[in-house]
Amino acid sequence: MSEFYNANSFLISLVGINAIMALSIYITLSCAMLSLSNAASMAIGAYTAALLTQQLAWALWPAVVAGALMSGLVALVLGLPIMRLSGVFLAIATLGFGEVIRIAIVNIDALGGSEGFRLNSGDRTIEASGWEVYGVLLLIAYFFSRLKGSRMSLALQAIREDENAARTMGINVTFYKVAAYVTGAIVAGIAGALYAHLRSFISPGDFGFQRAVDVLVFAVVGGTLAWRGAIMGAVLMTLLPEAIRVVPIVGGFNIKDQPEIFSGVILLAVILFLPNGLLTVALSLNRIRRPARKVIGHKEASP
Amino acid sequence: MMSPVETQAIEATTSSKPLLAVQELTRAFGGLVAVRDVSFDVYPGEVYGLIGPNGAGKTTVINMLSGLLPPTGGTITFRGQRIDRMPAHRIAALGLSRTYQNIRLFGAMSVLQNVVVGQHARMRASLAERLVFSPRVRREEEAARRRALTLLEEAGLASLASQPASALAYGNQRRLELARALASGPHLLLLDEPAAGMNAAESQALGTRLRTLAEGGLSLLVVEHDVSLVMSLCDRIGVLNFGNLIAEGTPTEIARDPQVIEAYLGSDE
Repeated sequence: MSEFYNANSFLISLVGINAIMALSIYITLSCAMLSLSNAASMAIGAYTAALLTQQLAWALWPAVVAGALMSGLVALVLGLPIMRLSGVFLAIATLGFGEVIRIAIVNIDALGGSEGFRLNSGDRTIEASGWEVYGVLLLIAYFFSRLKGSRMSLALQAIREDENAARTMGINVTFYKVAAYVTGAIVAGIAGALYAHLRSFISPGDFGFQRAVDVLVFAVVGGTLAWRGAIMGAVLMTLLPEAIRVVPIVGGFNIKDQPEIFSGVILLAVILFLPNGLLTVALSLNRIRRPARKVIGHKEASP
Repeated sequence: MMSPVETQAIEATTSSKPLLAVQELTRAFGGLVAVRDVSFDVYPGEVYGLIGPNGAGKTTVINMLSGLLPPTGGTITFRGQRIDRMPAHRIAALGLSRTYQNIRLFGAMSVLQNVVVGQHARMRASLAERLVFSPRVRREEEAARRRALTLLEEAGLASLASQPASALAYGNQRRLELARALASGPHLLLLDEPAAGMNAAESQALGTRLRTLAEGGLSLLVVEHDVSLVMSLCDRIGVLNFGNLIAEGTPTEIARDPQVIEAYLGSDE
């Protein structure tokens, strides 16, 4: 067991990081906001925490918290003006925000620029391992499990269904949208801070457009009706590129160099055949086992 | 013009302060004035009907009252507070609730959840309290659930509580929307064509239900095309035509008003 962990520790931890990232986009998707700035929020968390542990000799946990808060703060400042946008306009604005952050990092020498930022090059080493990652994932999963069925979660669902009707039910739509956006950024910031100390090296390329799309794919493949879906999607889509390493090289075409093709095919298949992602499978299994019970949402009405 | 009995009836309702006071309400869309200088009052416990031909501006008035559309002129006062510049969620929290002409339920949520969401502004407990399993949150959620079930029983929907709202038949969706609007415990309920798509028996049952609500002290503002429902239900009626309020009075007065007859049927010429 420990041998298996040692051989695959980075991959195992990466699954956890990606699951946290998938949860960070799940919360904005749960109120129908297509925000693509999660990779940028991850970058802010990563660089903030890395600077604190490396330059100011902070311990890991305070640095993770500071990275998360910094990411949340930036999202709050940015979130207030862009929450007026919706749909594709919001997606483009948040994507632009992501690029601005990435290009800013490239041009800041103190952050290592495009060369990247190396952690733990001195004698003092501050690292994160799978334990830290999965402990944090557990905490965040707990948050989401308590969120479910709460007043806030019902409000987010109502906003997702019909924003104006939600307004006239007394729901402060702007507040909840900003809250969802900032929460997503904080969660992504945590993932970034852990990622930096897991890999001991970060560069602007880690947090670019590809990362933003990957995170969206995790959530869509897993399903956006429940938070469990996001985790399922992240696990599958992180392990899949490893699984296809066993595919033989045919006619000089090596698929393991092109894992994006595989991800694209899976995404297409899920959108076409499983409208609620992997959750569709889980939900129908549930229905077979307990046919009378409702799967999502409130407890059943008492007779 | 007015019979002594009717004059007395109006004086009886107007003696108290109005719950809703609309003054010179105007809404222009570019050059098109959809609603022009409309003024009327709704008193506590009163059922006020707003009628008029298609395109007269009735829904525009309702949208302005509920805060979905900012007026371009005039004032709206509700429970002594100006609401014409207030965001919709605060108007709802003040006790003004509404239904929609084209039903707007939260389709993927359960019937019960729809009514629980209707109580959003009444609930206080925060997510932080829920994270630590605070008993206050549990009590509040339990109370909201019980209240929702009571409202569903009154609407005859209790057996469908766990169904998704979109799975309900049309008539039941209308009933659910009314239950959701009542869940906030409003002082004034705006009903935008509540009998649309209903047959005579259903609309009569709706009339009885609304009458019961009004007798319980709830004020109603009803936009409706079903003339027999409006005539039997409303204490007073305002008539909109091309964005102007052309007549106001008791149902009997309105039925006799030559301007109203002209607006609906056209003049002899």
